[in-house]
Amino acid sequence: MAFALDEQQQMIAETAAAFFAENAEGERTRAAMANGIDRDLWRAYCRELGFGGLMVPEDLGGPGLGHVELAVVTEQAGRTLAAIPLLGHVMATAALLASDDRAAIEAHLPAMMAGDRIVAAGERGGEGTFVPHAAQCDLLLLLGEGGADLIEAGAATVEPMKSLDETRPLARVHASAGDPLPGGTVPCEAARAAGVLCLAAEALGGAQEALDRTIAFAREREQFGRPVGSFQAYKHRLADRAVEIEQARSAVWWAACALDEGHETRALALHAAKSFCADTYLRIAGDMIQLHGGIGFTWEHDAHLFFKRARAIANMLGDGPHHRERVARIMLDEAA
Amino acid sequence: MKLGFSDVEEAFRRECASWFEDQMTGEFADIRGIANLVDKPERRKAWERRLAEHRYSCIGWPIAWGGRDATLNEQVIFAEEYARAGAPNRLNHMGVELLGPTLLALGSSEQKARFLPAIAEGTAIWCQGYSEPGAGSDLAAIRTRARRDGGEWVIEGQKIWTSLAQFADMIFVLARTEDGTGGREGLSFLLVDLDQPGIEIRPIRQINGESEFNEVFFDGARCPVENMVGAEGEGWIVSTTLLSFERGISTLGQQMQFRNELDAVIAAARRNGKAADPVFRQRLAEAEIGLRLMRYGALRMLADGKGGALAGAALTYKIQWASWRRALGELAMDVLGQEGEVAPTDAEGWPLLTNLYLYSRADTIYGGTNQIQRNLIAERGLGLPREPRGNA
Ligand SMILES: Cc1cc2nc3c(=O)[nH]c(=O)nc-3n(C[C@H](O)[C@H](O)[C@H](O)COP(=O)(O)OP(=O)(O)OC[C@H]3O[C@@H](n4cnc5c(N)ncnc54)[C@H](O)[C@@H]3O)c2cc1C
Repeated sequence: MAFALDEQQQMIAETAAAFFAENAEGERTRAAMANGIDRDLWRAYCRELGFGGLMVPEDLGGPGLGHVELAVVTEQAGRTLAAIPLLGHVMATAALLASDDRAAIEAHLPAMMAGDRIVAAGERGGEGTFVPHAAQCDLLLLLGEGGADLIEAGAATVEPMKSLDETRPLARVHASAGDPLPGGTVPCEAARAAGVLCLAAEALGGAQEALDRTIAFAREREQFGRPVGSFQAYKHRLADRAVEIEQARSAVWWAACALDEGHETRALALHAAKSFCADTYLRIAGDMIQLHGGIGFTWEHDAHLFFKRARAIANMLGDGPHHRERVARIMLDEAA
Repeated sequence: MKLGFSDVEEAFRRECASWFEDQMTGEFADIRGIANLVDKPERRKAWERRLAEHRYSCIGWPIAWGGRDATLNEQVIFAEEYARAGAPNRLNHMGVELLGPTLLALGSSEQKARFLPAIAEGTAIWCQGYSEPGAGSDLAAIRTRARRDGGEWVIEGQKIWTSLAQFADMIFVLARTEDGTGGREGLSFLLVDLDQPGIEIRPIRQINGESEFNEVFFDGARCPVENMVGAEGEGWIVSTTLLSFERGISTLGQQMQFRNELDAVIAAARRNGKAADPVFRQRLAEAEIGLRLMRYGALRMLADGKGGALAGAALTYKIQWASWRRALGELAMDVLGQEGEVAPTDAEGWPLLTNLYLYSRADTIYGGTNQIQRNLIAERGLGLPREPRGNA
């Protein structure tokens, strides 16, 4: 049967899982929160793991893998809340490749792949629009209606903001112009697609980890002379979240495959994946706090890191209602 | 990982689609799109036989037993095209999808030879005698008894909620065959002819006015000892094997029927302008997303090679589709407003969407209620500690 990870994809998932579990544990994430990026982790990800150019074709020095592999890796990064500039990197790589702008590719891609050049990406917008990692990056990718611009970080005014999710801090960006990537909206769309998939997969990983940690707690913690996980109101809540996570996984795989195959359901799949996975993560991260009781409300416990990451993902690149409205347009308007 | 089906599989899809289309616009047009399980039983029996003539009755079975040895992918495709064409629900669902696979797995060669051909040919319709008034979610509490009398089992007791018993020829019965046992011990799995003295079937009227299910009373009904599947006292294993088919493969491919229902909701929303209302657009989008995720979830479940096994995605599938469909029923009624409360004529049952609204309340009950599914997921899937249980 075809709709499962093949052997190589399974291996990539395991490699990524082991890498993040070993290198991106809670203490390191917390340490990185001071400046928003764990640069050593990012370099190791790019170089040792060799995933800096995951989707870069072989003639440009990458392994030429697809969106499925990207999703598999991103899911694992999301599991450990790794403080790395993966989102901007993935979006910028997709935009560069889609633009087919040889000069820009040569100028930026090799250093990006090595983890030396950090890219932040976001929507060009007014006062209320923030770009994650903009205060930490070397290069900015700004997406607009007509197309995408690349801007050297020094050429923009960047105002760092105190951010809810300190593992991916936001900044306000003022940039009048930049180097437009050729191809008009094509690189924009490629960047958004890769970004949306990345966030959906990250949400899936985060949701799975939040569930797993809550299950572990539920088996240990006793009240009324029984593990709290033996109470039905408790276990049924977790069962419901497990059902949602299975659906979220289907959504991510569907979207990733659809992108790789240029499948007709591509747009639908991306909107479904972003809205569904982000909602799932929000719910399970909220439950994680509730189901841990008082300890779940403390700074020391990681629950709030999941809770904050989930909220940030929900807002980025279009919230749930936005993506569902897009689904509605596809199903109700275009077909009419 | 791949989304699409192979060329060979797509060719099989076209072959199925065109045959179903021929049948449903031709000889069987009168039963196309029937939304319930009880209308026109004689015509639907004829439909079972027509499927069999074309070897479409049980395509997943081995060729030797009247099947086509179809792959899982082919079975999904078949089920999708079946529903897409508006072919009616299988009257012999329980024979084809539940008992057949159980006999193939656990039946003796005599049992296979005796019972499988008639299922494949569509001449023996089966029903499922598990639930009792005192044994529903707690199935192991059953009290129907069977005792040996020479070469026969003699059965006393009562089953309830037995779907389609009024149209069926045979029933598989879970009965207690050992005195003094309780719980899962001492149960046996028997194949019983419904057409005999000592069996009375009383229809039960349902929420939607129809009678799909029945009470079945056993008062000295008999079956030969050879009709016991598995060993004496080991009926629990047989019955749970059968349930794993119920919760697994047989629920796949039904998304296409759900597709028809969602399309009807969309059409209604377009007609009355709710398709332009932002709140309804969000809910319709949610329904669409849920349906697609079910499909890809089903494909994942098949791909993990365990088929009907209760693992991973498969474990969550029943609650996924049952909850989705119940929510669709509610959405349908919200879209329709008062139009959903009236039927255009008095003659037949409720129209598709009103019936969906009423009927889908059962989806979260039969085959293990949502609560029981949550217990299964939590305890077997997530490894949470078991709920303390009474005396079992
Ligand atoms: C349309 C329809 C068709 C059916 N067809 C058949 C058929 O063909 N053959 C057959 O054998 N049966 C059939 N059934 C019966 C079905 O399997 C049972 O109704 C079902 O298993 C629930 O059992 P019950 O009705 O006794 O409810 P109960 O088990 O009494 O449950 C009552 C309520 O208590 C809850 N509950 C029970 N135990 C627990 C627990 N441990 N934790 C939390 N909550 C719990 C249930 O979820 C439910 O909400 C059919 C039912 C329906 C509605």
